[in-house]
Amino acid sequence: MSNENGMPKKNVLSAQIDLKKFDFATEEEKKQQDVMSESTTFFKDSMRRLRKNPLAMGSIVVLAVILLVIIFAPKIVPYGYSEIITVDGVRDKTAKNLAPFTYSKMEQQYMDKGGKVFPHIFGTDEQCRDYFIRVVYGTRVSLSVGLFASIIVLIIGVIYGSISGYAGGKVDLIMMRIVDIIYSLPDLLMVILLSVVLGETLGTAIKGTVFAKLGSNMLSLFIVFGLLYWVGMARLVRGQILTIKQNDYVLASKAIGTPAHRIIRTHILPNCLSVIIISVALQIPSAIFTESYLSFLGLGVQAPMPSLGSLANAARDGLTSYPYKLIFPAVTIVLIVLAFNLLGDGLRDALDPKLKK
Amino acid sequence: MSSNDKNECLVEVKDLKQYFPIKTGFGKTVPLKAVDGVSFSIKPGETLGLVGESGCGKTTVGRSLLQLYKPTGGEVYFKGEKVTDQNIKALRKEMQMVFQDPYSSLNPRMTVEDIIGEPLDVHKLYSTKAERREKILELMELVGLNAEHATRYAHEFSGGQRQRIGIARALAVNPSFIVCDEPVSALDVSIQAQVINMFEDLQEKLGVAYLFIAHDLLVVRHISDRIAVMYLGKIVEIADADELNENPMHPYTESLLSAIPMPDPNLAKTRKRIILEGDVPSPMNLPSGCAFRTRCRYATEQCAKECPSLTDRGNGHFVSCFNK
Ligand SMILES: Nc1ncnc2c1ncn2[C@@H]1O[C@H](COP(=O)(O)OP(=O)(O)O)[C@@H](O)[C@H]1O
Ligand code: SF4
Ligand SMILES: [Mg+2]
Repeated sequence: MSNENGMPKKNVLSAQIDLKKFDFATEEEKKQQDVMSESTTFFKDSMRRLRKNPLAMGSIVVLAVILLVIIFAPKIVPYGYSEIITVDGVRDKTAKNLAPFTYSKMEQQYMDKGGKVFPHIFGTDEQCRDYFIRVVYGTRVSLSVGLFASIIVLIIGVIYGSISGYAGGKVDLIMMRIVDIIYSLPDLLMVILLSVVLGETLGTAIKGTVFAKLGSNMLSLFIVFGLLYWVGMARLVRGQILTIKQNDYVLASKAIGTPAHRIIRTHILPNCLSVIIISVALQIPSAIFTESYLSFLGLGVQAPMPSLGSLANAARDGLTSYPYKLIFPAVTIVLIVLAFNLLGDGLRDALDPKLKK
Repeated sequence: MSSNDKNECLVEVKDLKQYFPIKTGFGKTVPLKAVDGVSFSIKPGETLGLVGESGCGKTTVGRSLLQLYKPTGGEVYFKGEKVTDQNIKALRKEMQMVFQDPYSSLNPRMTVEDIIGEPLDVHKLYSTKAERREKILELMELVGLNAEHATRYAHEFSGGQRQRIGIARALAVNPSFIVCDEPVSALDVSIQAQVINMFEDLQEKLGVAYLFIAHDLLVVRHISDRIAVMYLGKIVEIADADELNENPMHPYTESLLSAIPMPDPNLAKTRKRIILEGDVPSPMNLPSGCAFRTRCRYATEQCAKECPSLTDRGNGHFVSCFNK
């Protein structure tokens, strides 16, 4: 009744496994069973996904180019952002509203005599200043406003949100009602009101300090961001923490006796890091946008310091004659905002593949 | 209980209650009595099995005992000392927990080394980095993990291996008592036996006591010295493991035992399987009197009127039933 394998004879209808159909595993195959797959960290994995996203990579390139330009252009271009063009030490009154890559009469004469004049890449403005360097400085200002404002939002939002989410219960309830109240304020109106009020009071307070150069408007802008815009981040972080808190590893950590701040730092925040990174990447363009429209309304940086918004505002006057003066700052804003948004989207897909539809 | 008895016990739970407030809308809350007056004690190096259907409050008993939830009522004593908010921090080194779900109980962003190292870090149980590493490798070896995998992330391991990581984490502080909350029920049957054997080996080596939770008697019967049977937030029967096996008294225990498959087909034929009728009542809306009466074959009028309490039937066998 048994075949050479020592197995009982197989019934035709039986599902019994036929040993003859199997080979012994080779040594190599056995080894494959023990060795685990290559260890990858979550971060490496995400970066690999990000590199595959052409839009996000393109955005990184665009941002890198803009960054290089605003870092190195002031070192190469021999003009200052508030400097009125002079030729051979003499003030050049003819260098007004020049078109890109053109020279004024005085410069032309100087060049004919053999002198060298650095070209006005974007032309000049109505006060005879080099427009390219003004746009470069404007971009510097706008980008740093975006970054700083986002950092303020990040710090306040993450701390507030994680306390609220982790504490839960009544604490959470009260903290979130405060958020709701701030959320329900008409933010544009509040920004303008606060800028006006703070701008006046701060103006006297900061006289003579380093902040004076930035102008009270810029400071009040940061304060406005600090006061109003963190609520979105706080809500987001709280929501994430509420879900992460459900995981047993948080309870396990409590059972170990880990103090709350350490649990938040080592278990909870790393697990909502992706959401935070994405939201910061999307916060930067929104801050730049806010700065731009405030500057456009005349509530932005102090003249002669330019920002992209105030440059666009100044360009309105001669719009029909010199449209390029609006186009340069406007295109820069669009490029920066678009690049950050696309990068934020790319990061979301890379860090949170589950979210991708 | 005399003071002598008390000192003999490692962990003593007295009338533990855990009610969860459940919102029913319109600002009203109804208490969900997840655990309602549970008492038991565990001696050093002993294993108390805790069984009951899922949802009867076993996990909640374990968590309230460890003060992971603030108990609504009752007391927990460790080595005769009452556990309070003040001394719980120090007691975390003595009482640990192993979780049911090996997936959600390990942080996916941490390496095995950091998971097992966390309790060492928190309680500052080492003086140098090298000592920390040595301790971690020792623990990994103790639970049968390959030391080469210390730098791997938890998500790279199988369920059984993950559970071993969780056990190593619990053992890191060298506790004398561990709550094992259904540590094998999420694992493949083939691995369950391995892990249970490991729990037994560890107990022999380290002398640690367990509260071993499971939803079926088969798992618990093997490892426990004594077994407590829970139904809807209350312990209905508690006895030595052998005594409970041979002489189950509570109708609920009877039905649980009858559901265990028997290896001997002849014996299995003679035994009658008791199938419980009806569903488990909602813990928010418990029946009056004995909570088991809606499914009990022996229920009488008295059962609907009065609540039975645990009474001694000799030999440390306690049962909560009027008619058995
Ligand atoms: N944190 C909580 N909040 C509200 N209800 C809970 C909570 N934890 C458990 N419960 C309820 O308590 C009861 C007992 O749950 P649990 O202790 O998890 O049972 P078991 O571990 O025996 O399956 C269940 O009805 C469950 O819904
Ligand atoms: S007290 Fe009554 S209802 Fe409860 S288990 Fe005993 S016989 Fe059944
Ligand atoms: Mg459970």
